[in-house]
Amino acid sequence: MFFGGLFMAYIVYRSMYPEAWEKSSQELNVYMGAANTAVLICSSLTMVLAVRAAQVGSRMGQVVNLILTILFGSTFLVVKYFEYAAKFEHHLVPGPHFGPVPALPYGSQIFFALYFIMTGIHALHMVAGIILMLIILGMAWKGRFTPEYYGPVEISGLYWHFVDIVWIFLFPLLYLLGFKLGAL
Amino acid sequence: MSTAHIIVPIRTYVAVFVGLLICTLLTVVVAAYDFGILNTAIALTVACFKATLVIWFFMGVRYNTPLTKVAVISGFVWLLILFGLGMSDYVSRPWLGVLGR
Repeated sequence: MFFGGLFMAYIVYRSMYPEAWEKSSQELNVYMGAANTAVLICSSLTMVLAVRAAQVGSRMGQVVNLILTILFGSTFLVVKYFEYAAKFEHHLVPGPHFGPVPALPYGSQIFFALYFIMTGIHALHMVAGIILMLIILGMAWKGRFTPEYYGPVEISGLYWHFVDIVWIFLFPLLYLLGFKLGAL
Repeated sequence: MSTAHIIVPIRTYVAVFVGLLICTLLTVVVAAYDFGILNTAIALTVACFKATLVIWFFMGVRYNTPLTKVAVISGFVWLLILFGLGMSDYVSRPWLGVLGR
């Protein structure tokens, strides 16, 4: 539970700077975050269908669903790229150039530091997952998996779902925290 | 892992998928209203429910051995120990006037 430590840091700093947390969270794009949540849920569905295709011995089912999983995963990363780009534009990246207008309360840099570390490491896990899926796709294409032997698809699937679960918690904790009536 | 050999019908997976999407929509809508401290509680409850759906159905824990279930639950127990002991430390520091807060 490598992410556990980061969530611990999130709890500690949020309890220290509740106001900075709320104000900073409002700078995040809830719609992009929600869209990405939906994209990851779609990828988890196609992943589980790929495992099922392996169980019933459908090669095409595996290939199609794995490609869809990779596409959904890539979509997630593209959206994330646009989000990061917006953060740089609005001077929300912690460091000497941190200076959003209007100014945010003390402690906001810590929020954004945690935002970039948590979502960044999550994105790295996504990249690793996509590479893994490409390898599995290659093996599935060659017809390496049968109803008797589909362990690699299943284990890779478990990893993929785990990355999805981390995002399920990151989304409300980072994006929804400062989302209030009037914003919808 | 591959011990179960139960082929789950596609509609089960699709139902879980729809459930996850509805929960996501729900959590966004609820977050738009101000319930004070309850906002975080609701958001985390929905997130836990979603994570449970993914673990139980997509990860196939439902169709697996009791040992797997114990292993999964123990992982989260360890996480709670981390949060519990970690926060008891940070919360109690100012009471004692200990440096480091």
